[in-house]
Amino acid sequence: MSEVLAADGLTKRFGALLASDGVSIDVRAGEIHAVIGPNGAGKSTLIAQISGALAPDAGTVRLNGADVTRWSVARRAKAGLARTFQVSALALEATAEENVMLGALGRDGGLRHRTARNAALRDAARAALDRVGLAARGTPASDLSHGQRRQLEVAVALAQRPRLFLMDEPMAGLGAEGTRRLTPLLDGLRAEAPILLVEHDMDAVFALADRITVLVAGRAIATGTPSAIRADADVRAAYLGDG
Amino acid sequence: MRLPEGWVTAAALALLPAVALWAWAADEPFTITLATRAAILALAAVGLNVALGIGGLVSLGHAVFFGIGGYAMGILAFHAQTYAPLEIGPLTIAGTRSMPLIWLVATAASALVAWLIGLLSLRTSGIYFIMITLAFGQMAFYFAISWTAYGGEDGLSIYVRNGFPGLNTLVPIQFFALCCAVLLLAVALQWRLRASGFGLALDAARQAPARVEAAGLSPRRLKLAAFVLSGALTGLAGALFADLNRFVSPSMFSWQLSGELIVLIVLGGTGRLAGPVIGAALFVALEHWLGGLTEFWLVWLGAILLGIVLFARGGVVGLLTGRAGPHV
Repeated sequence: MSEVLAADGLTKRFGALLASDGVSIDVRAGEIHAVIGPNGAGKSTLIAQISGALAPDAGTVRLNGADVTRWSVARRAKAGLARTFQVSALALEATAEENVMLGALGRDGGLRHRTARNAALRDAARAALDRVGLAARGTPASDLSHGQRRQLEVAVALAQRPRLFLMDEPMAGLGAEGTRRLTPLLDGLRAEAPILLVEHDMDAVFALADRITVLVAGRAIATGTPSAIRADADVRAAYLGDG
Repeated sequence: MRLPEGWVTAAALALLPAVALWAWAADEPFTITLATRAAILALAAVGLNVALGIGGLVSLGHAVFFGIGGYAMGILAFHAQTYAPLEIGPLTIAGTRSMPLIWLVATAASALVAWLIGLLSLRTSGIYFIMITLAFGQMAFYFAISWTAYGGEDGLSIYVRNGFPGLNTLVPIQFFALCCAVLLLAVALQWRLRASGFGLALDAARQAPARVEAAGLSPRRLKLAAFVLSGALTGLAGALFADLNRFVSPSMFSWQLSGELIVLIVLGGTGRLAGPVIGAALFVALEHWLGGLTEFWLVWLGAILLGIVLFARGGVVGLLTGRAGPHV
């Protein structure tokens, strides 16, 4: 099985706090690999090390076989890593379409050309917006609802035509209805590129994930299929609430 | 009001030529000089607008570039008027009275310095960026004051305005036309920049740098490129300003001038195409009319600025178009 992402032994210490304690995780082609864990388990620290925002104290990150551990965020993005943010990071004054064009710009260049005349850019943006089902192309992102902004986050990442999605709580704040709408979208996205999904919504995780890794206090205590995780005694003790 | 922004821009761009032509017909050379002053300040503000209005870089040191442009003109013309070549190490360079050459030196020197300042100051943001750019401005100011070879505190007088092929630059309306043409080109450049992928990315880098980075672009490099272009335009304005007054002095490097450029942009409309032009025209008009009525005209300018900041964040362009514009 080909591994698109392979993080090995990631360790990150903040003073006395060991936020990542030798975490290894891999994502294979075509799968959704979810990461769950209680608050403070080190999920955000893990995401930051994989995206390049934080350098690990020890361990390596490989993307499609290349060692990207020392690469910048932008360079990893160019190599095919597209992320969505837990708190939407969008250009609020720009339209939905302009936000998505930004994703395609990073991939294809075109900084010199007029965006209005750049048909390839426009088509890529529209295709991504159609795919996530966001019709409000010309609406400033500031006028979009929270749910629409979550869709837009995914569209920007999609326009990067990535080799791997890194999704940081895409369902955050969506509520049951919004989650129900976003779930089939993410389900279909694994055909474009595998997803490393950090998510709190357990229904969504168990519906979507091919494999789940459970983080507790900076350590990956278990990795397996949803049914194996559900049955795992350690996980039940540490996290799922059955004592 | 809800006028289309294109109309507002067109009207703003037509305003200065209209005033100058009227003054020319009515034989009022001083008014032509005022219009020229407004056009040059507008050019400097267009430069700052690229960095501040689109990139969100609140530079309180743009007088550095204005001054470099001014001194580029002053030094080259000084060596031409004294017939003493300029010696930099082993290089011997003759002075020049040719505006195109002076402009080339002014923009290149400003761009280079902007690149150096940008490399250092773009590691910071917010108040620290403001303070670092201010510090560079003060360094340049005190350097100019102590640079006795070129007049030190007293500045440098240039006796004859430099020449431009095919024009008699001493005729006010001709010099105005030249400055206005440069301004129009700069506004066109700003428009083209904003409409490009670079403009889109720079605008996003101001609002959501993490998103730009995650899309594979470096916000810092985008901002550095904008800062260099911005410095070059403001430097070009400095060269023209020196030629307007036929005088250069350290006051071109003063932080008050950096502040004035920000005031122009805020008055006209931050980040808007016509903002710097309207702001500069308004500023020069107020300086002239209010300044003629009272010594304390800056108090009234302050009151107007306060009104704009509190009640019309988009400046004059924002009032006319009914859209607030970018939030810096």
